[in-house]
Amino acid sequence: MSFNRPIASRSGGRAKPGGGFELAVWYLMRLTGLGLFVLALSHFLITHVLWDPASENASFITTRWANLAVRTADWLMLAFVVFHAFMGLRTIVGDYTRGGARTAITMGLYLVAIVLFAMGSIALLTVPNVLPAAPA
Amino acid sequence: MLFRYRGSEGMIAWAFHRISGLAIWVFIVLHVFDIWLSGANRKLYDELLAVYASPAGRVGELLLGAALLYHALNGLRIVIMDFWPAMTRWHRQMWYVAWVAFAVVGLPVGYVILKPIWGG
Repeated sequence: MSFNRPIASRSGGRAKPGGGFELAVWYLMRLTGLGLFVLALSHFLITHVLWDPASENASFITTRWANLAVRTADWLMLAFVVFHAFMGLRTIVGDYTRGGARTAITMGLYLVAIVLFAMGSIALLTVPNVLPAAPA
Repeated sequence: MLFRYRGSEGMIAWAFHRISGLAIWVFIVLHVFDIWLSGANRKLYDELLAVYASPAGRVGELLLGAALLYHALNGLRIVIMDFWPAMTRWHRQMWYVAWVAFAVVGLPVGYVILKPIWGG
């Protein structure tokens, strides 16, 4: 693995890599982080403050996803959060493991990330058609 | 360890960012799985959502929301310093500003989430 670099600046930010794949990941972590600042926080506000989990069920989601804009935003959030969460965990794994164990755990993380992204995408793309039929 | 180590605010900000990030990761795995269930097994999804709405589930939501809000605010602080390095000088002050925003947003939201437990 090529992310064997100094850990963090004293203010808590991660040292910026010199180039290549790691630099791309560094930028993408910040880009997806900013995106999630809006997407994830608004998502939490919608599902926990504007609505309450006690009034939510599978039909609540189907109704929300009938709106293509909501579905697109949710898919963007899925893509951002899977990248950000798994690349973040990969950073932690890189800090506390080395050698073959690091490679194996990192590859395992990539695999789980791909599976989760597929599961979320399937849910978004195959919304059950249980809405009342539109008036003719 | 966290408070005896002489790393000051920057180090605690980093540790909290990591711990909150790990906690959110765990929930994301669960949450993408339950969203998959919302299509694959709607009945099971509704049962799981009832667990989220239970008193214990609400305490979990509160902790999740706290981790999410801290991670978002401190993440913004990190991004500001990364793209405007001169601001690193104020990293401590920005951390305190993040905590003020955390309290201003988090307290009312926490109240709304927990209120149904005592029948609000």
